Amino acid sequence: MKLIDIRDKTAIVGVGNTPFRALYRKKDPRRNSYTLGLEAFESALEDSGLCKEDIDGVIINRIPSYTKMCVMAGIKNPRLTNIFEAAGRMSGIALQYAAMAVYTGMANVVACIYGNDGWSAGATYGGESQMIDSYNFPFGMTSPGASLALMWQRHMHEYGTSEDDLGVLAISQRKFASMNPNAVMRTPLTMDQYMSARYICYPLRIYDYCLINDGGVCLIVTTAQRAKECKKRPVYIMGTSQAANHTPYYHSPDYGWDAMKLVADQVYSMAGVGPKDIDCAQIYDNFLPTVMLSLEGYGFCPKGESGRWIRGGRIEPGGELPVNTSGGHCSESYMQGWALHAEAVRQLRGECGDRQVNDCEIVQYICSSPICSSHILRR
Amino acid sequence: MTQYTKPLPIPNDFDRPYWTALKKHELRMQKCLDCGEIWFPPNPVCPKCLSHNHQWIKLSGKGKVWSWVLFHQLYFPSFSEETPYNVIAVKLDEGPLMTSNMVECNNEDIYCDMLVEVFFDDVTELITLPKFRPAGRPKEV
Repeated sequence: MKLIDIRDKTAIVGVGNTPFRALYRKKDPRRNSYTLGLEAFESALEDSGLCKEDIDGVIINRIPSYTKMCVMAGIKNPRLTNIFEAAGRMSGIALQYAAMAVYTGMANVVACIYGNDGWSAGATYGGESQMIDSYNFPFGMTSPGASLALMWQRHMHEYGTSEDDLGVLAISQRKFASMNPNAVMRTPLTMDQYMSARYICYPLRIYDYCLINDGGVCLIVTTAQRAKECKKRPVYIMGTSQAANHTPYYHSPDYGWDAMKLVADQVYSMAGVGPKDIDCAQIYDNFLPTVMLSLEGYGFCPKGESGRWIRGGRIEPGGELPVNTSGGHCSESYMQGWALHAEAVRQLRGECGDRQVNDCEIVQYICSSPICSSHILRR
Repeated sequence: MTQYTKPLPIPNDFDRPYWTALKKHELRMQKCLDCGEIWFPPNPVCPKCLSHNHQWIKLSGKGKVWSWVLFHQLYFPSFSEETPYNVIAVKLDEGPLMTSNMVECNNEDIYCDMLVEVFFDDVTELITLPKFRPAGRPKEV
């Protein structure tokens, strides 16, 4: 069956989030994903100008129970309710399901609510807290970061990219973060600091890893028609797509590029634009090599060229393709793609203050992981 | 002999032949008798054609380092004495990719595409782990 064209038929009409910087400063075991999600929901509702009674769809992520969340938010009979597993790849997917729901009329207005108390709860993403993996743990292999380290090591070998290419990216994202009052890490970074930082899993250093934090984000999605009645300028979903890369390990010898190509082909074709039309990109940076592999996988630059391509200010403030304009997961806060979505919306509305990209009309979100997803959003 | 404290595999119903073979110092993986696919990690059916007919064939134990890393972060306390330690992803000559450690080689001497051969490490009385060493060394006695 042919893909139904939903270009510009759905929109994000509200975004909200908790503070990130303040929450990072002090852990608090009483904090939980429900209260963080609720705070973000209230803020997104206010931002949209809608009232609670307008919300008839709820999708939650990383919050354990939709019933409890909906009880707390006083949403008793939503026509659509669902939960996505607590993985960062699900932020883009939640938005897709919300868009499909409002387009088909399964719901009129969907609130996508995310809450994460991982910082206060002491979340780790590797080691013995995870379920035993007989083919990896006995060798000390654990964590998705180590898989990205394997892929980056191989990429350096195959293409001649280098460790300091990642430094260029880290420094650029930090420049944006220095202009973001809500970013956790705002002090500018130098290449010397980057290169002398400790390794977590060689060849990756601490600056290549996202900042685990507490926080909440909420997006409110409705139809393009309904969006016109909302308080702020709608942000339309021009195109969206996903394709999985299900392999035995988090790393794969083709870097996940076959899945990225499937996503890129569909998202660009649905939106009717290409990489050259993108004014800024929000690219999932659980670990910085993910951004490099994505730039190559989506055709922003040829395979193996990302290291050279990002140099000379191209991805920095004022550059040709500003990337991760909030500072991203490695400098703003690890909100598993959700805060990258909020940043995309705010850039398109022109709400980003010092870090605002001039004449920002089209933004792309990209997440490369075991499920790859991408959207192209416009104002 | 001191107590072995590192994580150990937990053999299950369909991968027990893998661990049993390792105990005998053989690297065996499943080969589909219908389509010829060889796969790893172990799986109850052929992931290519879903056939239930497979044989645990003996592999050459030879391959190449697809990639490698050094763990500096201590995720497993039992690895503390050898941190930073290496982890390699080996592309076996027969096709599958597997995770392992390089032995008999300094960490700084590991490189991508390095030729390696399996080395059977009897870590406990019940478990032997398939590790790798640079190819072409004298055979173990």
